[in-house]
Amino acid sequence: MNVATTVDWRDQIFEVFQDHDIKQVYHVPDAGHSRLIEACQKSNSIRTLALTTEEEALGLAAGAWLGGQRSVTLMQSSGVGNTINLMGLTKTLRFPFLTLITMRGEPGEFNSWQYPMGQGTPKVLEAMGVLVMSVDKADAVKQTVDHALRSAFNGGQAVAVLLRQKLIGIKDFGKKTA
Amino acid sequence: MSTATLQRRPLVRKILAGADDNLLVIAGLGSSNWDITEAGDRPLNMPLWGGMGSTVPMGLGLALAQPTKRVLVITGDADLMMVVSALATVAAQQPDNLAICVLDNEKFGETGNQASHTSPRNNGPTNSGAGTDLAMIAQGCGIADTGTVRKESEVAGLVNDLRKKKGPVFRLVKVMVEKLEFVMPPQDGAHLKDRFRQALLGRA
Repeated sequence: MNVATTVDWRDQIFEVFQDHDIKQVYHVPDAGHSRLIEACQKSNSIRTLALTTEEEALGLAAGAWLGGQRSVTLMQSSGVGNTINLMGLTKTLRFPFLTLITMRGEPGEFNSWQYPMGQGTPKVLEAMGVLVMSVDKADAVKQTVDHALRSAFNGGQAVAVLLRQKLIGIKDFGKKTA
Repeated sequence: MSTATLQRRPLVRKILAGADDNLLVIAGLGSSNWDITEAGDRPLNMPLWGGMGSTVPMGLGLALAQPTKRVLVITGDADLMMVVSALATVAAQQPDNLAICVLDNEKFGETGNQASHTSPRNNGPTNSGAGTDLAMIAQGCGIADTGTVRKESEVAGLVNDLRKKKGPVFRLVKVMVEKLEFVMPPQDGAHLKDRFRQALLGRA
């Protein structure tokens, strides 16, 4: 094993979280985010909360910000639809919000049930005034997430970073599970 | 048929009496918002005008960020029901500084007092709910310290539990259906958020 040659982009996201003093991370179970979730769970400086629905993240993030802490929400594109009304809180309260979204339902997806919300994800986020960023290359992840954190916590924006299916890998039950 | 005798406004005044900088209050949209405002608007109140279902999560995020302060969530039965599973997230985190007080009038008060799910089941064709017991749900979600308050004689204990007892504390309070004056705090959410942070953190 040669750990020096390759730094996994998921580990880079965790490093960027630490650089930006992220204290609370919210997630639902997600294969695409699992490595990052585990890194956060093992961290002493980050409180990691498993949610029952992505909706909870908006209230939690607002509460954390009221109390002076920064949070990031990890979800899958299918969860975006659950958040839309409460996403409006980011406008009415005008608080920083960042979510990293692992995409499903993009070209190559095998599961037809994932297409409607996957294809709708950027549109509904934009409709709610969320700044939507996107990354499909591993070597661009670190800078994209860093910029997203700056837009959120320095620029006061609600930001979503779409981690494209091309980046994560097309799920195929024939090759891998979960 | 509702047998509740407790009036929400005097009750909330007692719960918030003598509130100092160590008490951070989040109130759900509608009646709970007007109730805490009638008790005395203050910067460390966050009264919501929307975002139904977000009240308990907001209290949890705040409680985790400010572990040395007491965080009190005051909200209605329907607001909690909208994302009732948030109670399981509270139970998973076990914040010892968080108290949740649900004022349950068994009605959707803001839309014309239709029966909510906490109304009894066999209450006539237009006034029947599901008999949902939110204290039992909280218990089932993993919050060990739950209780239901119905009588004036229990109010002093309720106030003490909400303000001082080791959390997470969940109390369901059955309150009367009343027609009350709207007592409104500022509506601008960014202003409410900024004044809260200014008072708590010294910066907006």
